[in-house]
Amino acid sequence: MATSLMPTTATIVARASALFEDLSFAAAREWKAAKSGRRVIGYMPIYVPREIIHAAGMLPLGIVGGGDQLEVIHGDAYYQSYICRIPRSTIELGVSGRLDFVDGMLFPSICDVIRNLSGMWKMMFPHVYSHYFDVPQNYRDDIGGNFYINELAELQHDLAGLRGSPITDDELRHSIEVYNENRRLVRDLYAFRAERPWQAPAAEVYLMVRAGLVLPVEEHTSMLRDYIAAARAEERPMRDNCRIVLTGMFCEQPPLNLIKSLELSGCYVVDDDLLLVTRWLTSDVEIEGDPLRNLSLAFLHHSESTAAKYEPSQKEKGQHLVRAVKRTAAEGVIFAAPSFCDPALLERPMLQHVLKEAGIPYIAFKYAENSGQMQPIREQAGTFADSIKLWSAA
Amino acid sequence: MTTQTKIVTSRAPAKEVVKDASMVKQKEMMAWHYDRLTSAAETGAKVAATFVPGNLNELIMCFDLLNNLPEVNAIQSGLRRVSGSYVLEAEKIGHSEDVCTYVKSDIGMMAKGNLAPNGKKFPNPDVLLLSYTGCFTFMKWFELLREQYKCETIMLHTPYMGDGKITKNMIDYMVKQLKEEVIPTLERVSGVKFDIDRLREHLKKSKQAEDDLVRVLQSAKNKPSPIDAYFGGIYYIGPIFGAFRGTQDAIDYYRFLREEVEDRLVHGQGPVTPDGDMGKEKYRLVVEGPPNYTNFRQFWKMFYDEGAVVVASSYTKVGGVYDFGFRHDPDKPLETLAEYCLGVYTNRSLPMRIDMLVNYINEYQADGLLINSIKSCNSFSAGQLLMMREVEKRTGKPAAFVESDLVDPRYFSAANIKNRLESYFQMIDQKRAGVDAAA
Repeated sequence: MATSLMPTTATIVARASALFEDLSFAAAREWKAAKSGRRVIGYMPIYVPREIIHAAGMLPLGIVGGGDQLEVIHGDAYYQSYICRIPRSTIELGVSGRLDFVDGMLFPSICDVIRNLSGMWKMMFPHVYSHYFDVPQNYRDDIGGNFYINELAELQHDLAGLRGSPITDDELRHSIEVYNENRRLVRDLYAFRAERPWQAPAAEVYLMVRAGLVLPVEEHTSMLRDYIAAARAEERPMRDNCRIVLTGMFCEQPPLNLIKSLELSGCYVVDDDLLLVTRWLTSDVEIEGDPLRNLSLAFLHHSESTAAKYEPSQKEKGQHLVRAVKRTAAEGVIFAAPSFCDPALLERPMLQHVLKEAGIPYIAFKYAENSGQMQPIREQAGTFADSIKLWSAA
Repeated sequence: MTTQTKIVTSRAPAKEVVKDASMVKQKEMMAWHYDRLTSAAETGAKVAATFVPGNLNELIMCFDLLNNLPEVNAIQSGLRRVSGSYVLEAEKIGHSEDVCTYVKSDIGMMAKGNLAPNGKKFPNPDVLLLSYTGCFTFMKWFELLREQYKCETIMLHTPYMGDGKITKNMIDYMVKQLKEEVIPTLERVSGVKFDIDRLREHLKKSKQAEDDLVRVLQSAKNKPSPIDAYFGGIYYIGPIFGAFRGTQDAIDYYRFLREEVEDRLVHGQGPVTPDGDMGKEKYRLVVEGPPNYTNFRQFWKMFYDEGAVVVASSYTKVGGVYDFGFRHDPDKPLETLAEYCLGVYTNRSLPMRIDMLVNYINEYQADGLLINSIKSCNSFSAGQLLMMREVEKRTGKPAAFVESDLVDPRYFSAANIKNRLESYFQMIDQKRAGVDAAA
């Protein structure tokens, strides 16, 4: 039972939900306004080293499109119909002034669309620091690692320039420590959900993690801790759902309703690749020693597998998904990719071949961040859940 | 006067296609290369599959490897009008309708027997040289091919010029990859020891051919332009973007081409089109984006029928940008390969691409910019609407936008494109009339 001192899941989720729905980013604006000289650095999926932004005393702000509540008016004028939705709603956020408090934007290496958006941002918002953040596709310490350390140093240098003083190694070490703790809690949350998915519904877990994109990390860590404690303490009814891993949603976000619909149609989400930045690094980053080198080593050797990364080993290709299924005792995989998402859609056949070989059932569909009609997805996911139960019974 | 040849195409409608001598020579070179590839099993030649942007042909040749380029194969399938069935085949086996049709044409071609344009089977590659430059899809494409061929794959990662510059970090990273991963693996696969002097020799040859290519492309600054730098330009780039850069054959071809073009210039002739000499040059355009290949001739005809000649294009820079001074440099062989990869058109930031287009419009005295936006090529297409507006703003010249696809015939709507082009030409006329009236 939850004690009266402990916030309930409902209270915590309500706060996270308000942050999620707020397209003016009031929390981040308030954080910035609270102290003179504060700066906010926006970043897009999949991953940026938020530690460096934090070490500069700035707020990393995750920008993952406009969702299904943003009316895209200007953004559509910048893109053809066959380009995914996240860049157009991101432009809408920018053009409509919703990001006018943001002092810089980072565009990570994920796909050609986000890559080109980095150049568009430079032209559309010339007075805002804008940087394409490249990461290595070579994972040798002395090759890709050295390149990455220099890229990290460039970012460190740029942000130091923005704040007007160097970012010290001790500041970086402190930030690494803070983010290690945050990632541990995100991993705990995922582990808890995999263990008892009825206690931590996918939509709630999503909102909890999503809050980490707009809140200062310390506050988010505290929120995660409270939620896990509350979710453990509250008994919720277990449904006769199957357990699935959700994959392909690492960039443009699905509507929250889509995530809810999956559970309503009989699928507990026990793992996913949503908002990967919050758990990109899969183990703690070393604190002692050169902080940039430590961040680099973590990226090279302890980071998530996803479509935006090259997999050097054919044998290893797709095995992360098989491992996720085994680790979470999942019974199937749902491939959900944004329409026109090159990385997710080009990757999909390869992953499906691996699953087929491993005897893991799957289905696939596409969505856009503003998809409104959930009925077809419910029917597909419901049929999938039924078929899994039938196979299991057999 | 230059020589022209009439070739009766095997495909309906059986109409004679006029080609100038350099086009015939180019076609022979391409055919010869396909014969080399498809006879690899008999000759014992080993094959490296790689991509046009970031094509390291000089290095590949140091290991006696033959270069096979899947985009070029997809283009050939498009021109021969078989890509549509290949794309459908790939979609049937699980590839999304949303993704690159070069990839699907390639995968579909493999599924349907992997036949080269000469009707013989392509050899399986001995190595996939994943030169990852300017296009994210390349990475997935070769992962897909690796799954199929189960052969050695080498990743050469080219960082993106997001901030509009090549940094020392980028060059060091690439040179180190070349030294410690690419070259040792190519040595192992080929059984041939790397000889840097051999590489220097190839690079010297590249430079010579590049000089002539640039002179050919820049001949379009003249009025009338003796070349079409988009449709005709695609013939011109074939050898240097493909398997011939760094060879004596390429030097000979580009010298021959340059002389042919200079001859046309002396005689005040415009470009040769499939229907013969183009009539009076009425419109001078810069084109951004790849062409459609399934209806290539029909697309081209929409231009030359109206007297429109393309004087510069970005697509002819996708396998290397040479017209702003870069040449392969034998004195710094690995660094020059890195610089080459970094500098290809689609690896340049959007502001850099806009600068290039603005420069072309001004330098080539063009009437405006036409963008052919390709449905399945995000590397080119994402951002083109902003590029269009910016180029219009900076040059004061009108721009237009048409949409098609590389090799998927479902996305070529002739009537739509023709309508838009006709409206665009009218717009140019009106703009000119306005300028004349103001004067």
